[in-house]
Amino acid sequence: MTEYKKHFTATRAGIITAGAIIGILAPLLQYLGNPPNMGICVACFERDIAGALGLHRAAVVQYIRPEIIGFVLGSLAAALIFREFKARSGSSPLLRFILGNFAMIGALAFLGCPWRALLRLAGGDLNAITGLIGLAAGIAIGVQFLKSGYSLGRSYRSREAVGWAMPALMIGLLALAIFNPQFSDGGAIFSSEAGPGAMRAPLLISLAAGLLIGFLAQRTRFCTMGSLRDVILMGDTHLISGIGALVVTAFLSNLILGQINFGITAQPVAHSSHLWNFLGMLLAGLAFALAGGCPGRQLILSGEGDGDAAIFVLGMISGAAFAHNFALAGKPDSLADGVLTVGGISPAGMAAVIIGILACLAIGFSMREKFE
Amino acid sequence: MTKTVDARGLSCPQPVILGRKAITENEFPIELLVETATSRDNVCRMAEKSGCTVSIAPIANDEFKLTIQKA
Repeated sequence: MTEYKKHFTATRAGIITAGAIIGILAPLLQYLGNPPNMGICVACFERDIAGALGLHRAAVVQYIRPEIIGFVLGSLAAALIFREFKARSGSSPLLRFILGNFAMIGALAFLGCPWRALLRLAGGDLNAITGLIGLAAGIAIGVQFLKSGYSLGRSYRSREAVGWAMPALMIGLLALAIFNPQFSDGGAIFSSEAGPGAMRAPLLISLAAGLLIGFLAQRTRFCTMGSLRDVILMGDTHLISGIGALVVTAFLSNLILGQINFGITAQPVAHSSHLWNFLGMLLAGLAFALAGGCPGRQLILSGEGDGDAAIFVLGMISGAAFAHNFALAGKPDSLADGVLTVGGISPAGMAAVIIGILACLAIGFSMREKFE
Repeated sequence: MTKTVDARGLSCPQPVILGRKAITENEFPIELLVETATSRDNVCRMAEKSGCTVSIAPIANDEFKLTIQKA
């Protein structure tokens, strides 16, 4: 029997350190070229990757974001070094794929994942408050399901190939990012020449930042959804202290870098349609809670061999394709000649968010098990 | 009587939820089985916060048996 010895990264100080480092890196990436009022957004970046591959054709959001690749490979490195890599899968993968699709639809209605919501808050974008309240509401619904015995079933140890597939896909994606081949005239690999997809920090810097964040997030089990969920479920503040550190250091970094812009309307790559910011993030939060992790956490898990998390990630990429092909995604506010046009989502987008919430509720209700 | 809880392969936060439920039922010791280091760390943190002590025994297949005792 071994007594429980905490490694530094499992302590509160450890996760606060990780949050602080992320809170410095994200504004830095923004300073070095990543989209304004963003820095890092797991949902937007996966959407950009979907665009680069031609899964959607929204020309302003197409780029193979090295940060996403870095998250997975950084997590892989940490898992291998500390012997936590475990190939596993089999926990209702199709439902996780569907949850991933709806999580992305919800996130794109708000124009951000929880990571971006926190970073937007740290940049003065007050729409993030609406989004975070929605996120908390969705997670709270998820907590009710969890308390009633909701479960997607257990996963099982799998053969190594199952665990290595996602890292291998990411290495392939990295090769495409570096060599940027043209497979056909007017075909993949797409790369935005204008708009947020064209706003990017240098590739190696993005990759390095992603690797470091992936490593730290794997060691500390960093999870934006889990942070709110644990407070709601059991008053546990371990994860949220890391998130708090992220917001504080990101705010200070933005202050130093001149990236603070307090306001609600016409924030960069954001809209002020409050109801749909709220409902979009409610959908995202509920989907993340039902799937056991925020989108960053799902990338981290897929780097440590979790095939179910990998399916969720692929679901998010698929959802991004649907969101743009079906015109479901949010449109930013625009300010032209002093005239403000509030952005938001189309009627199809609204329907998609409602359908997504209903689908998640259906999954939540139908996947409850009786406690023994 | 030892209460056994098999939380192997379950998604976060289920191992913690099952552990908490077992602790409130007050039947000690509790033997809780988990499969990942994350579940191990999370259950240990929860148990200690609930005023219990935890011993960890690595078992076959890189799994862990956590024995939770009332402190």
